[in-house]
Amino acid sequence: MKKGYLGVDVGSISTKGVIIDSDNNIIAEDYLWTEGNPVVAVKQLLKNLLVKTRNKDLLVVAVGTTGSARKLVGTILNAQVIKNEITAQAIGTLELYPEVRTIFEIGGQDSKIILIENGIIVDYAMNTLCAAGTGSFLSSQAKRLGMHPEDFGKWAIRSKKPTKIAARCTVFAESDLVHKAQIGHKKEDIIAGLCRSVVLNFLNNVGKGKNIKPPIVFQGGVSKNIGVVKAFADITGEEIKVHKYGHLTGAFGVALLAKRANDEHCFDFNFVNMHFETKGIECMKCPNNCEIICVYKNNKIIDSWGNRCDNGAVLKQ
Amino acid sequence: MNKTAKVLSFPRLGNYHIPIAFFVRKVLQVEVLEPLPMTRRTLEVGAKYSPEFVCVPFKYNLGNFIEALERGANVLVQAGGGCRFGYYAEVQEQILRDLGYQFEFINIVPTAKITPWSIYKKFKEINYNLNILRFIYYFYLVFRMTKMMESMEKYIRENGGFATKEKSLITIYQQFLTSLNTTNSWSDLKRKYLRYNRLLKAIELDKPSDYLKIGIIGELYTAMEPFSNCDIETNLISKKIAVTRLTTVTYLVFDKLRNRRQIINAAGQYATYSLGADGTDNIARAKYFGEHGYDGIIHTKPFACTPEVDAMPILQKISRDYNIPILYLSFDAQTSEEGILTRIEAFYDMVKMRRDRNEKGLFRS
Repeated sequence: MKKGYLGVDVGSISTKGVIIDSDNNIIAEDYLWTEGNPVVAVKQLLKNLLVKTRNKDLLVVAVGTTGSARKLVGTILNAQVIKNEITAQAIGTLELYPEVRTIFEIGGQDSKIILIENGIIVDYAMNTLCAAGTGSFLSSQAKRLGMHPEDFGKWAIRSKKPTKIAARCTVFAESDLVHKAQIGHKKEDIIAGLCRSVVLNFLNNVGKGKNIKPPIVFQGGVSKNIGVVKAFADITGEEIKVHKYGHLTGAFGVALLAKRANDEHCFDFNFVNMHFETKGIECMKCPNNCEIICVYKNNKIIDSWGNRCDNGAVLKQ
Repeated sequence: MNKTAKVLSFPRLGNYHIPIAFFVRKVLQVEVLEPLPMTRRTLEVGAKYSPEFVCVPFKYNLGNFIEALERGANVLVQAGGGCRFGYYAEVQEQILRDLGYQFEFINIVPTAKITPWSIYKKFKEINYNLNILRFIYYFYLVFRMTKMMESMEKYIRENGGFATKEKSLITIYQQFLTSLNTTNSWSDLKRKYLRYNRLLKAIELDKPSDYLKIGIIGELYTAMEPFSNCDIETNLISKKIAVTRLTTVTYLVFDKLRNRRQIINAAGQYATYSLGADGTDNIARAKYFGEHGYDGIIHTKPFACTPEVDAMPILQKISRDYNIPILYLSFDAQTSEEGILTRIEAFYDMVKMRRDRNEKGLFRS
């Protein structure tokens, strides 16, 4: 029986999972929409992974979680490692591209840049307070133009002369886009212009003041958009590497970390049949009214968080 | 309104409400309503009545005022500084008047310069019987009290993570703070300080020689008020990091005004003129941290804080020149801590990896 290590990355938009073997090869992977319900998404993810590994004689011995729902999912999966997505993605990418110097990452709600030197993170930046130029912006604009986000890239690379679209803020970008469409710019030019504006926004925002050096790896959901990849290459003047598992590096990285944690116990796929529930309670013991989240497994509370002081911790009992 | 007794209140900032309340009680002999600990409600009511794009300390201060007025305060005190802070008092007073509250409003820094003498003149307006000797005595006493608090807080920031018993330092410090309210003389204060400081230093530390050091710089409010910055100091301390934060109230009120020239000099080639507010100070500090082997810097600011936004490109240059990572955090009226905690956790991982590489060669298993 082979040992396997599970990494789960639950992001705002999508949920990703990989199982790796002891040689760090990806044996199974899956990708689906979170749709605002991380617990349901993870259950479905594990069901899919189970199907994909059925005949492989595999025993999952360590679990790691990352992404914005890492704590919730880590608790219900009883994970050995719960790690932030910045570290997880860097570790995952380094395994795929040991020589990488710069990582661009654009996901559903966030974008980040990670600088690497001699195999370690030396600097990073992440967007704050504003989701301008991320995947959710692109997909909402795709809807406005009446197409699937998946087709966006194909349209973009057809353009010879991308339309100029404001890059600073999505609200301005959107009104710019409407205006340009109404005065008769071609659809592919507008789409290419949007891809450009996402890249300019990224470089002006999170990339500001950073020393961007090749090799550059671009990942996250938006890296599947060839229009954005092309815009990055045009603007930076460097080759942009995109791995076929580029959207999975977070899950891959945290699976590696789970493997390195050296704390192995057999993971029970029976999890998918258990009943998990979360309840939000307002503490009401002081005007802060902390929103405390309680996690129940088969109607028994297993953890709670969200309280700022010990007064709220009583609810755990 | 003149017939009712005066009840004075002021905005909260860290633990400074303790010496301020003490001083006002002793010198003005009016009732003081200490601001309540900050809660989400404070921020909610503050943000509700604030201009949308004002910096977040304005919202906290306004929230403090509204909560104080609800609890019966009728005299409010506000200070000011060399940025938008200078407009806080006028705008907040007008907002509160428009809301229909009855109160007296005192701006102790009407001209962006605060001196003991200007405070005395303001206080004399409230309490006509104020004796200058009494004022000087208590001013000095409270100055010393604040200095003592700051020196103990500094010790906790640098050593809190290494105490063999978790949180033992902060427990002793809380006892010291509680005891301050009953201070009745200079010798009494000194006795308390010596007692609690001895207790503090007696706590056994397990501090390795190669501990991680992080400096916190940034706009004064978000650097000093733990509620406004998701308590990053405690978070870092719990990760066994020695934290240095040079902004304190005594620094802002006394040292800064005296040392304007030195601060610009300390910024070296990075600034020839002052950037306004604390911009220059933070450049000088970043340079200091870079020169003194710190592992990283965290820069805090309210969203759209102009002096700090101005300082950021220079900080980025310092970051490159000294090869020291800087994490920039912007705070506004958001209540979800998740994003901030994620960034701090990643910053910690990075700083630790950088350190491990320097010691053991490459990081990679």
